[in-house]
Amino acid sequence: MKFGIVTFPGSNCDYDAYRAVVDELGAEATYLWHKTEDLEGVDVVVLPGGFSYGDYLRAGAIARFSPIMREVVAHAGRGGPVLAICNGFQIACEAGLLPGALVRNAGMRFVSEAVYLSVENEGTMFTSQYEKDAVLRIPIAHGEGRYVADATTLARLEDNGQVVFRYCDAGGSATGEANPNGSMRGIAGIVSAEGNVLGMMPHPERAVDSLLGPADGKLLFESLLARVAV
Amino acid sequence: MSKVAPRPGDPRITPALVAEHGLNEDEFRRLVDMLGREPTFTELGIISALWSEHCSYKHSRALLKTLPTEGPQVLQGPGENAGVVSVGDGLAVAFKIESHNHPSAVEPYQGAATGAGGILRDVFTMGARPIAMLNSLRFGSLDSARVRYLFAGVVKGIGDYGNCVGIPTVAGEIVFDDAYETNPLVNAMCVGVMKESELITAKAEGIGNPIIAVGARTGRDGIHGASFASEDLSEASDAKRPRVQVGDPFTEKLLLEASLELIRSGHIVAIQDMGAAGLTSSSAEMAERGEVGVTIDVSKVPVREQGMTPYEILLSESQERMLVVAKRGHEDDVAAILTRWDLTAAVIGEVIAEPVYRVTEGATVVAEFPGSRLVTDCPRYSPEARESDEIVRLRATDVTTIPELPEEKDPLWTLERMLSSPTIASKAWAYRQYDSTVRTNTVIGPGGDAAVLRLRGSNRAIAVKTDCNGRYVYLSPRNGAQAAVCEAARNVACTGARPLAITNCLNFGNPRRPENYFQLSEAIAGIGEACRAMDTPVTGGNVSLYNESPSGAVYPTPVIGMLGLIDDIAHVTRSTWSMDDDVIILLGELLGEVVGGARSGLGGSEYLSRIHGVVAGEPPPCHPVLERDVINALLECIREGHVHSAHDCSDGGLAVALAECAMANQDRPVGAEINLAAWSDVALREVLYNEAQGRIIITVPESSLGRVAAIAVGHRVPPMMIGRVRSASRDLVIETAPGRTLVAPLDRLAAAYHGAIPAIMDGSAESAAVLEQAAVTTV
Repeated sequence: MKFGIVTFPGSNCDYDAYRAVVDELGAEATYLWHKTEDLEGVDVVVLPGGFSYGDYLRAGAIARFSPIMREVVAHAGRGGPVLAICNGFQIACEAGLLPGALVRNAGMRFVSEAVYLSVENEGTMFTSQYEKDAVLRIPIAHGEGRYVADATTLARLEDNGQVVFRYCDAGGSATGEANPNGSMRGIAGIVSAEGNVLGMMPHPERAVDSLLGPADGKLLFESLLARVAV
Repeated sequence: MSKVAPRPGDPRITPALVAEHGLNEDEFRRLVDMLGREPTFTELGIISALWSEHCSYKHSRALLKTLPTEGPQVLQGPGENAGVVSVGDGLAVAFKIESHNHPSAVEPYQGAATGAGGILRDVFTMGARPIAMLNSLRFGSLDSARVRYLFAGVVKGIGDYGNCVGIPTVAGEIVFDDAYETNPLVNAMCVGVMKESELITAKAEGIGNPIIAVGARTGRDGIHGASFASEDLSEASDAKRPRVQVGDPFTEKLLLEASLELIRSGHIVAIQDMGAAGLTSSSAEMAERGEVGVTIDVSKVPVREQGMTPYEILLSESQERMLVVAKRGHEDDVAAILTRWDLTAAVIGEVIAEPVYRVTEGATVVAEFPGSRLVTDCPRYSPEARESDEIVRLRATDVTTIPELPEEKDPLWTLERMLSSPTIASKAWAYRQYDSTVRTNTVIGPGGDAAVLRLRGSNRAIAVKTDCNGRYVYLSPRNGAQAAVCEAARNVACTGARPLAITNCLNFGNPRRPENYFQLSEAIAGIGEACRAMDTPVTGGNVSLYNESPSGAVYPTPVIGMLGLIDDIAHVTRSTWSMDDDVIILLGELLGEVVGGARSGLGGSEYLSRIHGVVAGEPPPCHPVLERDVINALLECIREGHVHSAHDCSDGGLAVALAECAMANQDRPVGAEINLAAWSDVALREVLYNEAQGRIIITVPESSLGRVAAIAVGHRVPPMMIGRVRSASRDLVIETAPGRTLVAPLDRLAAAYHGAIPAIMDGSAESAAVLEQAAVTTV
C-alpha cells in the first residue's frame, strides 16, 4: 500500500506524515508536488497540515485550485481514501470533498496542545482498529479549526455516523470545556457520505511514536493498512 | 579606483547630515581618510549602517575576544551566520540567538515576527534545517496596559511566524519586571540540524562568480533598522515605526526550502541572509570573509516600488531575502530551483579580483571603498567602566533584616503569592499559541526545565534552553552572568544532557555611560569564566546595546542559549514527579553561604521582589566549578538509571521548585511529604525561598539511595534526603519545624501557578486589541 502526501507551497506537516507512514507503519510513501497532475498510483492521498499559500486569503482557499487537486477529487470520486489533516481538512472543505467549513477559533487565538478525542464511529476505513468509544490523546495546532455547518448538514452528519471524532475530556465526555476551538457539536473530524474522505483538525501523524507522547494516532494509519490487506 | 561622483539629487554632505547618520567627527574623518575624498550620500549611508553598533560591535568586540570559542565539538565559532557544533554520528547542530528589542518596543507583533524570521535564516544559511525555536522575553509589570499590549503582541508575532513556517517553538523564558517597562527584550533563538558534510559558510569565493539576489523583492521598509537598533529609545522612537520591517512567513517557508535545496545542489559557493543593513552588510561581509572584491549593480536588484535610489536599495531591510554567490555558469540551475518554489533570482553583481567594494547604478559608480576597509576600518572603543555607587549601595543592603509582612504568618499565603508571580507562574498562556510539536521531534516541549528534541537517524537527542536572571546581573554583573551560564547548564542537565556549547545575546544599556560599560565588561568576563569551567565554548551570538529609555537602562541581561547533548535517548529525564514513594533528594547546599557576615540567598531573590517589592542585597554567589560537580553527579546518576525526575532549583527557591515538581504537570498532580525540620533554627523564608545556586531536586527509588549518595559524594556534592513522593496525596506537606507543618493543597497551588497569567490576560482589552490588529495585518 502506498501513501501519496501532497506538498503545497506552505505545507509543513507533509514531512511528519511521510515519516509516520514510513518509519512507524513501515509502509511506502511518496511526496506529490502540487503542480503535477499525476498521483503516481498511490492508494491513499494525504492532504497534510500547514499554511498552504500562507493561508493569507482564507485557509485552504487557494490550494484547492492547485493542479493536483483535480486528481485528488477524481481519486475520491473513485472511492479512493483521502486523509485530510488540519490545513488539509480546510482544503478538503474548500474543494467540496467534505461539507461545512473551518473558521477562526472561538477564542481567536492559535491553540497548540494535546486534546482528548472520542472515537464516535469505529466503523470507518480510518477507525476500524479502534475500540468503540475509545478516548485518544492527540495534538492540535491551529488557529482556524472551528468546525461550522448549517443545521441540516449537522443533522445529516450525525444521523449518518459521519462524525468520526469529537473533542472530549479524559473520561470521554464531550463537554464545552473540552472543546478547544468552539467547533459545533464538538466536532473534530468527519467523513464524507461515502466514507472514504476523512477530515480532522487534530494531527494523528504527530501521535505515532511513544517517545513523543501517546501514540494514539497509529491505529488510524493501521486501519487504512488493514483495509487494503483484506 | 573608479571615479565616484555625487548622484544628481543626493543631499549635500553637511555636519548635520553626518550626525543624523550616527557618525561622530572622528568616525567621519576616518571615512574621509579611507576614501581620500569626501563620501557621497550613498557611501555615507553604507558606512552609517556598517559602523552602527548593531553591525560593527564597536563597543563590545574587544571584550568578546576574551571569550572561549574553541573546543573539539566546535565546527564553526563566532563570525558566521550561526555557530555549529558536532553532536556525533556525523550530525551537527547550528544555533544562534539574536535580539529584536527595539522593533518590538514600537511594533510588538511585527518586531517579534521578523525577529523569528531573521534568526531562522541565520540557521538555514549554514546548511542546517531548523528544528526548533526558543524565545527569551522580558517585559515590564503586567499591571501596565502598555505592557499587556506588548506581551500579547510579541507572543502572537512569534507564534504566527513560527507556526506558519512550521518550526516548533519549544522553550524559553519570560520575565516580568519594571526595569523592562518601556524597553522590552525580545530574543529569538533557532536550532537546526545537518550532516557535518553539509556545512556551508558565507564566504565569497571564485573570481567571476555571480552574486545573486534571491527571495522577496526589495522595498523601502526597514531602511536604517540597524542604526535604529543602535540608539536609545525615546519619544521619537514611535515616529521610527517605518524602520520596523514586515514579515511574510509564507515566503520564508519557500525560501527555507529553496535555500536548503540550493545548498545541497552544489551550484552555489556561499549564501547569506540580507538581515540588518540588508544588501550592504551581506555583500560587504561576504567579500571581507573571502578576501575578494565585489561589484554590485543596484539597477539589477528586483524592487517592489519604482524610483528607489541606490541608497534605499542598499539599506532596505525588506525581509525574506538572501544573497547567494553561485558558481559561474550555474546561474540557470539556481534560477530553476527558485522558480520551482515560486521565488525570483536576479544576478546583481560579481566577485572580482580587484580589491574593492564597488556599487554601480548601471554604468555609473555610486560608491566605492578600497579593499574590505569599510568593514575592517570601523573604530573600536573601550570606554570608561565604573560601577554605579547606587548599585554598590544596593548590594550592600542586609536584606535579612527586612521585616516580614503580617500576611506571611500564613506560610501558604506566601507560597501561593510566589507561585502566582507572573515570572514564576506557568507560561502556558503564551506557549499554547506556539506550535511545539510540528516536525515530530519534540520529546519534551515547553514547560520543562529544557526542551528535548530527538535527532533522527541517531539514538541521541539535544536539549536546549535560554536563561538569565537580570536582577542578579544588575546587582553583581560578573556573578550574575556566571549564574546565567550555570542555570542554563543545570536546566539542560536536568533533562539528561551534557552541556555542550552556548550562544549569547547581550542586552545592555548605552555603553558610553561608564556604569553600563562596567556591567558589560564584567558580565562578559563572568560568561567567559563560567564557560571555561563548564567546557561550553561560545559559538556566537548578538550584542544589543542602547536598551534604555528616558526612564533608564534595562537590567543588564546577558541571555545564555545553551545546547546540551543526550547520548542515549533512554536518558531523557522529566522535571515532574510521577512514581509513588520515590525518595526526594536535594543535590547541593540547602542554605545560601555566608557572605560578609550575612547569609546570602535572599539577595536579589524573587521572594524579595514579589513579596516586598525590593531589589537589593548580595545575589547568591555562583561557583562554576561546583556547578560543574553538581551537573556531573546528576548526569552520572541519570546514566546509571537511578533518576525518575530532576528539576533545577532557581527562581523562587526550594519551595517553588518543590511545588512545580508536584503540580506543574496538570494532567497528573502528585503530592509529597517533605521534612525540613532540621533547618528550623533558620528563618523559614530563608529555608523556603533562598536562591542558593548549584541545587537540583531529584527523585530516585529507595533501592538507588545508596548508589546515588555515593555518586554525589564522589563528585563532592552533598546529597540530602528531604522527602518522599506520595502519589495518592492531594497535598504538598512540608514539615518546617518539629511538630509544625505547612499543608499546601495541590489544587490551590495549581490554581495560583496555572491561573495567574490567564487571569490577567484573558479578556484584557489590550490582548483583544492585538487579536484585532493581527487579523488585519495577516489578511
